[in-house]
Amino acid sequence: MSDYTMNSKDFYKALADQKLIGSHCKFCDAYAIPQKSICPKCHQQESEIIEFSGDGKLVAYTVISVPPVMMAEAGYDAKNPYCVGIVELVEGPRISAQILDVDMHHPENIKIGTQLRMTTITRGEDEKKVTYLAFRPI
Amino acid sequence: MTEKKWSRNVALVGTGMSKFGAFSDKTSRDLFVEAFCDLKNYVDKGFDPKRIEALYLGNFSSDQFEKQAHLAPILASWIGISPVPTMRIEDACASGGVALRQAALAIASGEYDVVLVGGVEKMTDLHIAQVTEALGTAADSQFEIPAGFTFPGFYAAMATAYMAKYDAPKEAFYHVSIKNHKNGALNDNAQYQLTIRQIMESKKERAAIKGRPVPEWEDEMEFLSDPKGNPNIAWPMALFDCSPVSDGAAVALLVAEDLAQEFTDKPLYLIGSGQASDGALPDRETLASIPAAKLAGAQAYRMAGINPEDIDLAEVHDCFTIAEIMASEDLGFFPHGEGWKAAMQGKTARNGDRPINTSGGLKAKGHPVGASGVGQVVEIWKQLHGIAGERQIEGEPRIGLTHNVGGSGQTCVVNIFERRD
Repeated sequence: MSDYTMNSKDFYKALADQKLIGSHCKFCDAYAIPQKSICPKCHQQESEIIEFSGDGKLVAYTVISVPPVMMAEAGYDAKNPYCVGIVELVEGPRISAQILDVDMHHPENIKIGTQLRMTTITRGEDEKKVTYLAFRPI
Repeated sequence: MTEKKWSRNVALVGTGMSKFGAFSDKTSRDLFVEAFCDLKNYVDKGFDPKRIEALYLGNFSSDQFEKQAHLAPILASWIGISPVPTMRIEDACASGGVALRQAALAIASGEYDVVLVGGVEKMTDLHIAQVTEALGTAADSQFEIPAGFTFPGFYAAMATAYMAKYDAPKEAFYHVSIKNHKNGALNDNAQYQLTIRQIMESKKERAAIKGRPVPEWEDEMEFLSDPKGNPNIAWPMALFDCSPVSDGAAVALLVAEDLAQEFTDKPLYLIGSGQASDGALPDRETLASIPAAKLAGAQAYRMAGINPEDIDLAEVHDCFTIAEIMASEDLGFFPHGEGWKAAMQGKTARNGDRPINTSGGLKAKGHPVGASGVGQVVEIWKQLHGIAGERQIEGEPRIGLTHNVGGSGQTCVVNIFERRD
């Protein structure tokens, strides 16, 4: 039995435990991230929570110079831009995440297809501290 | 799939819009009244507002932008059509186009004969960071926004996937921006009525007046390539790739086809309509295209019994320059991977084979999100009636298409209009 449920908030509960969870459909073998009780491929309710390996590759990205409030509060701005991207996990499904340790000042040099490994990043302070998903090149 | 037929057809008998822009002295009700008054100029036989049986209002988020929810009955009362039933339709930036489709379906059902469609958004009261946050609620706030995504960021990510897949240069996007500003410069209702060249020259003049070094931009391409002229927002989307934050309203009057001649001798007929949805951006099979747009377009073409080649002009959802290029492919105007070349070759200009966004598009006309989908219909009305002034396209266009996207492509609605007289 997994410690986590299909409730969407449990994705972040797992992340705080440094685990990247999702679901696996026992009926059609499809994977989903975040976890979904109804399989998006076959619509059966035969899914189980699984932990992903955390390895994947970059399929799309951007380097943001004009951040929203949350990222501005985390210290990002035009002089200190950040990268966010879409990562395809080796198991198949894709997820949005912050991408660390790439060349923010030369975004044209960031390569689609870059191999990445999961990590986490915390933003906010004290009781507002939350663990978010991030990846960095392997 | 079985062919679905509407039980009766729907005609468009007039459109109206406020000026789009930033108006600190106006609220959404003032803009809506302005658009409604403009409508009266275009319904050539005139109409009694008492004939309006319902209001379908496209509005994304007056609750966030103006702290005013439940907007539709208020707007109805300000134009004197209470107590007709009213409803606010929210599908992010596609709210206006979806409101029009829902109004048409209500007429097709037989419930109403005459329906007013509205779209409105008053965005500029908030600070830019608050606007970014408000727009962000149109994305997945649990799994996309926490990653750090913004709306320019979503389209920028699609742009990187597109550039990698089709070997497209960033410069292709500049051509969309230059074209749409050229069109907007000829539209009195546009937020930006300046070409990129005029903006570039005015920046040079300002530098000279202030005694600063005058930038040596030779042409628009040099200006747009220079981060000093065109700063990064979300790479590869820079400032001039992005539509602005806007205030504005637009309306359209739809009636049952057999009543159209009572309002005007020159109605347009809604011959095709389609709509589709999708999950968040990572869930899509492709990131270099918007699948919901392809589906909505295919439905609309099938209903109309026409092909993409039959479209004389299109107003597409260019919230960012990459979005116009993907739309030109998703709607079948160009094969996938060819849209960027068509943009660079001028095929989508007013005098090109496939005019797109003759109004200036969201880029130059402005993007008051709930109003944008209805504002597109205003341009189709003008172009198909030959009253678009200096930006009128040649050759008596007869079929026009609108393509309105919500979020990063979670909603897309396509409507096709024909002039038959």
